[in-house]
Amino acid sequence: MKKQMIFSEFFRNNGLLMGSLLIGLVGFWVVVLVVLPQLSMLDYSFRYNLPPAELGGPKDVYTLHNYKHLLYGAEGSEGTYNTVDLMVFVRTIIAAMLVTIANILMCYPLAYYLGQSKGSGFVRLLVVLLIIPYWINEILRAFALRIIFGDSGLINEVLMLTHLTSEPIDFIRQDIALYAGLGYAYILLMLFPMYNVIESLDRNQIEAARDMGASWVRIHRRIVIPHAKPGIASGATMVFMLSAGALAAPQVLGGPSSLWFTQLVYQWFNDSLNWQQGAAYAMVLLVSTILIVLTLMRIFKVNMGDIGK
Amino acid sequence: MSSKFVSRFALGAYLIIFFSYLLGPLLVMSLTAFNSSGFPSVSPWGCFTYEWFTVLYNDERILGSIVNSLKIGLGTVILSVSMGLAASLVLTQVWPKLRTTYYTLIIAPILIPGVVLGISTVVFWDKVGRMFGPATEAFFHNGLLLTILGQSTFIASYCMLVFVARLQRFDPGLTEAALDLGATHTQAFRKILLPFMRPAIASAAVLAFLASFENYNTTTFTFGNYPTLTIELAQKVRYGINPSISSLAFIIIVLTVFGALAVEAVRRNAARKEAIREGKAVAKSGNLLPGFLRGNPAAFGFVALAIVAITMIGTAQSYDPQECKARVLKEKKAGIALRIEEIRQQRLIKDQSEARQGPDIFGTPETGADDAAKPSGAFGGVFDPNNLSTGTEASEPAKPSGGSGAFGGVFAPTNLDNGDSE
Repeated sequence: MKKQMIFSEFFRNNGLLMGSLLIGLVGFWVVVLVVLPQLSMLDYSFRYNLPPAELGGPKDVYTLHNYKHLLYGAEGSEGTYNTVDLMVFVRTIIAAMLVTIANILMCYPLAYYLGQSKGSGFVRLLVVLLIIPYWINEILRAFALRIIFGDSGLINEVLMLTHLTSEPIDFIRQDIALYAGLGYAYILLMLFPMYNVIESLDRNQIEAARDMGASWVRIHRRIVIPHAKPGIASGATMVFMLSAGALAAPQVLGGPSSLWFTQLVYQWFNDSLNWQQGAAYAMVLLVSTILIVLTLMRIFKVNMGDIGK
Repeated sequence: MSSKFVSRFALGAYLIIFFSYLLGPLLVMSLTAFNSSGFPSVSPWGCFTYEWFTVLYNDERILGSIVNSLKIGLGTVILSVSMGLAASLVLTQVWPKLRTTYYTLIIAPILIPGVVLGISTVVFWDKVGRMFGPATEAFFHNGLLLTILGQSTFIASYCMLVFVARLQRFDPGLTEAALDLGATHTQAFRKILLPFMRPAIASAAVLAFLASFENYNTTTFTFGNYPTLTIELAQKVRYGINPSISSLAFIIIVLTVFGALAVEAVRRNAARKEAIREGKAVAKSGNLLPGFLRGNPAAFGFVALAIVAITMIGTAQSYDPQECKARVLKEKKAGIALRIEEIRQQRLIKDQSEARQGPDIFGTPETGADDAAKPSGAFGGVFDPNNLSTGTEASEPAKPSGGSGAFGGVFAPTNLDNGDSE
């Protein structure tokens, strides 16, 4: 009854044609593009990888096999845990968190500086300079770092020229290049939300606090950071989700022996052609990252509505 | 006073570090596009050359993938802008209690990892294809269609955010007035809302196109037989690097800078005209510069960049680095000869010592002595003590190492792979 009321009101407000167009588009997006694909991926992840002839046959039943593989490894080696894949998973999550924290620390001073010094030409120039790397391809940005971190790359050449090291440091094998690349890839998604929020902070508040004798640290802790919290939360969520789900940077900058969890998904899907196993891994990634984000949002008391502002 | 100086200094240092982290890699990558060395690098600088642009221009896979990217970009723009607009309009009218849920639902695609979106799209449409029978399967496995659908899933959310920001300033009274005056809902939408939303639609379309153009994570699962530019780039970067990628990156960077400057210039010009109209600034005449350049550093930069670009394209026609290349090649060859001679002598000593003592004892002092002069680890393995037992192979890995002794770090080991074939 109530639902009918909503819909009739909606159509009265928008007219039949426009109303059904709006509902149709939103419905297509939400149902056909977002919800149903996720559900079918969930469905896939509980099935065996069967040849096409056996689909729908007696063997086509639901199973936890694919999830067990992540925990215990291939069948036959049951009992011991699948340490390789689990380590990759833990490493991905922890590294994504560290990248997020590093990005917060790096961006906060700049966001504060840009947000509070209003209107000067220099600041506008800085903002334009920031936009440029934002629109360069993710792959190319990773490639740029690879040129710099390579064996005969710029950093190694400089280090050897200044005799800080006698042999080139293998930044790629030691994953330094990877972490630098991940921090580099999404840093602007942290900066812009923070900048937008800090820009809306009334400067008089800071002046007043300073006049009252508040220290520099106290001003930031009690005024700027609480005000900037939605922006920080928004940026942190984006950076964490994108770094945990990054594929380009690990593929280009990752060491040969260390994998990112998305690379495992990619391997199951494109190299082993085992879609079911890939779907299960992707599902684990999706659910665990969302749970982490929701938990952190609960801890820091941030609303979903703040994201994306 | 001094504390103020210190804080200013710290700020400056911080800004320099931040911006060199952000822009430095792009700058270095651009420079490698002009180095004749066969591996993208700046430090062993060979010759200034435009040849990598020619290589790029003759690369048919890249050109084909650009066409695919444009097609997919166009489809994604149309689909995601219309879906984003519809979603934002519904958001303004949705029942308040449902609002948060609805907002979560339409913002979620931004947060879902691109890998997951790609997989779920492929899996879902594969299933749909099987449902409709084998005749339609080709349609549902079409890379163009799948990529457009997969990308639109999350790009529509970006568009939605742009529209929501603009809609906050819309006065719904305008639509109501139009309806009261007898307009149909469609007319009211077309004549009132659409013109108001036009700037937002333009920026959402640009945003959607750029996001589609540079997307990798989703596309890598959905592209099928239609690799986009990003996919081709990723394959090149992973399986074989040469500076033609840098030259493409350089072109993209220049275009981006052009775009950013143009937007900024237009914005400043509009702001200046606004100021003149309000009487805050005076429109001076009799200046040498045309009007849009005055007090507009962005426009100035735009024009300057255009001039530089035209000059570069002009000189590229006549500039020929053959002479320089020949010289570099000669230096390289001299370096190789020197190196071979060195290796030969070392092998001689090795052979003698092997005859006398056996390999293990002798390897150690030699490694220590030579290490400092070596530019890279590529041929470090030669001096590995364990290598000595296969002493006859020693000259082979040494060949690509070029002039390490006499020329220091001038030549990177990988240089020679291309250098010789030129």
